[in-house]
Amino acid sequence: MKIWKLAAALCASVALPSVAMATDCEVTHWWTSGGEAAAVGELAKAFDASGDKWIDGAIAGSGGTARPIMISRITGGDPMCATQFNHGQQALELVQAGLMQDLTDVAEANNWKETVFPPDLLDACTVDGKIYCAPVNIHSPEWLWLSNKVYEDLGMPVPKNWNEFVASAPAVEAAGKIPLALGNQSWQSNLAFGAITVAIGGIDLWKAVNLNKDMAAAAGPEMLTVFQAAAEARKLAAKSTVQDWNQATNLVITDQAAGQIMGDWAQGEFQVAGEVAGKDYTCLPGLGVNKFLSTGGDAFYFPLNTDPEITAAQKRLAALLVTPEVQVAFNLKKGSLPIRGDVDLAAANDCMKQGLEILAAGNIVPGGDQVWSPDVQTQLGDLQVEFWKSQDMTAEAAQAKYVEILTAGL
Amino acid sequence: MATGVRKSWLFRNVNAKIAALPMVLTTLVVFVGGTIWTVVYSFTNSKLLPRADFVGLAQYERLWANSRWMQSIENLAVYGAFALVFTIVIGFLLAVLMDQKIRYEDTFRTIMLYPFALSFIVTGLVWQWILNPEFGIQSIVRSIGFESFTFDPLYNPDIVMFGLLIAGMWQGTGFIMCIMLAGLRGIDEDIWKATKVDGIPTWKTYIIVIIPMMRAVFITVLVLVTSGIIKLYDLVVAQTSGGPGLASQVPAMYVYDYLFTAQNLGQGLAASTMMLLSVLIVLIPWAYLEFGGKKNG
Repeated sequence: MKIWKLAAALCASVALPSVAMATDCEVTHWWTSGGEAAAVGELAKAFDASGDKWIDGAIAGSGGTARPIMISRITGGDPMCATQFNHGQQALELVQAGLMQDLTDVAEANNWKETVFPPDLLDACTVDGKIYCAPVNIHSPEWLWLSNKVYEDLGMPVPKNWNEFVASAPAVEAAGKIPLALGNQSWQSNLAFGAITVAIGGIDLWKAVNLNKDMAAAAGPEMLTVFQAAAEARKLAAKSTVQDWNQATNLVITDQAAGQIMGDWAQGEFQVAGEVAGKDYTCLPGLGVNKFLSTGGDAFYFPLNTDPEITAAQKRLAALLVTPEVQVAFNLKKGSLPIRGDVDLAAANDCMKQGLEILAAGNIVPGGDQVWSPDVQTQLGDLQVEFWKSQDMTAEAAQAKYVEILTAGL
Repeated sequence: MATGVRKSWLFRNVNAKIAALPMVLTTLVVFVGGTIWTVVYSFTNSKLLPRADFVGLAQYERLWANSRWMQSIENLAVYGAFALVFTIVIGFLLAVLMDQKIRYEDTFRTIMLYPFALSFIVTGLVWQWILNPEFGIQSIVRSIGFESFTFDPLYNPDIVMFGLLIAGMWQGTGFIMCIMLAGLRGIDEDIWKATKVDGIPTWKTYIIVIIPMMRAVFITVLVLVTSGIIKLYDLVVAQTSGGPGLASQVPAMYVYDYLFTAQNLGQGLAASTMMLLSVLIVLIPWAYLEFGGKKNG
């Protein structure tokens, strides 16, 4: 009898959670740094408050570590309830293979077409006229973050743009600090290069290469100056020996490094460290030269599930993510920009306000993940990390390879 | 008549055959089947999901034109050459020292073998901290008073492979020592007595008598170490993640990155097929020596 009771208890412990009132929804993402975890907590809070249960499935590492795990779970027939991807081509094949939940009805009911701004965010979620993801934020990589204290100690004004920053670098180096913090991972070199392309090459060149796929422009002399600028920048980063982006940001926060080129997600780290924009640190969108931002970002995808309860929960979550309240709470913590133009970010700090102005002025370009496939992005990352970390690869050689990779990826 | 003979062969030891069946099926389906699938799909242009769209050798052409792949091979060759020589030499020397009927042999053996009980990830992380210039050896030596002392192998592209080598050997040598020690213990005491009687010095006995007698042990060690080198992956991920730049990339990382991050299945499978080929180059001579040799002997 005892054994039967025990067995019954065991069965119940397995069966009970699934008959609970609220639907459990496992959400996988790679938001694990301090600022990111605080932001994802806001999403969980809102979802729990609406009566369902958010099961957090954070995967440490970075997107590069997390995405393979997510993809193999989805293709392996163990779909989670919702999962983060960068909107663009990362999940394209999963959608085409029919593994993702169609959200078109949710989007129509909540009028996403009118509210999501800029509209190309929703286009990035759309495959064959159907909407497959809920965008949650806009992240732009083209920011230069500076430590005010480093410059105060040197008795210099804080640089206002990339050129001043480069000019100030010898003095910074003489004081025993690292002029430019840069993590060793390939995507960070690629990001820095993209930011320098917009700043030095200008927006027309960026669009010609990445949108119109004009290979003559990619091989042209203007692009060469961009590579030469990057070759200068890599000298500034030569002493930076950290791996992860938040370790590099930490060098700036602790005033060991003067600056870092990193996306606006770095702002969350400054906030967690208790630093104030404008006072402790300075941010320069578009590296202070060309105030253009690319609108990459994160979106949630909802893998197809057989359980109708989960499908219903997926749709509830999708609708919730785009609501103004969640957008404000989440993006304030995350340091990213909201995906709708009609929310009030009065609490936004100096840096976010600059970003919002650029967004409102329409000075935006699509993110790298939207215009090139992951295959091309990986190869570009390989090229850039090789270029940034070796001190002897010439700008000409790097450009030749750059053109080769892009041409093969057309 | 013929069928009768075949039947009796088929039904002999029937219990053992049924018991072995799951393993045979697993081997055929998972290992052999998976390998064939990998090779076949390396000739396609599959992206995220496998697609039977054959493109001939295009993936291989791209692979061998890729500077990251070439660098990976070069790195692995450097690591492999040093790891092979040092692991076997040091492993053997340690085993010889252990074999001198020393006191507390068990304790020493345990200490030597402990690193092998750790996963490569743990080893990699531990050595990442030890070799970190801000926290590890460099800062300790500097705090003693040698201000200009520099030891940062993981951040210098020219010597980063040696930083990995240190960690790899710290982990692997103890295990090789144990295998060697087992081989030494397998040598008959009478051999030693005979060489003593003949007045051959101990070191000479090791080189001209013992090592040739341990041929099988050495070949086993060779295969273990070499296959470990070819699949080198987790240590690099934990210690350097392939950096700085591409200076410590290895083939297995290339395979993983293209299979998953780049969503280019065809390219990743082409690279893993090349890795399979290099494993076979190691394994076939070994199998020939091990199994072919017995027939002759």
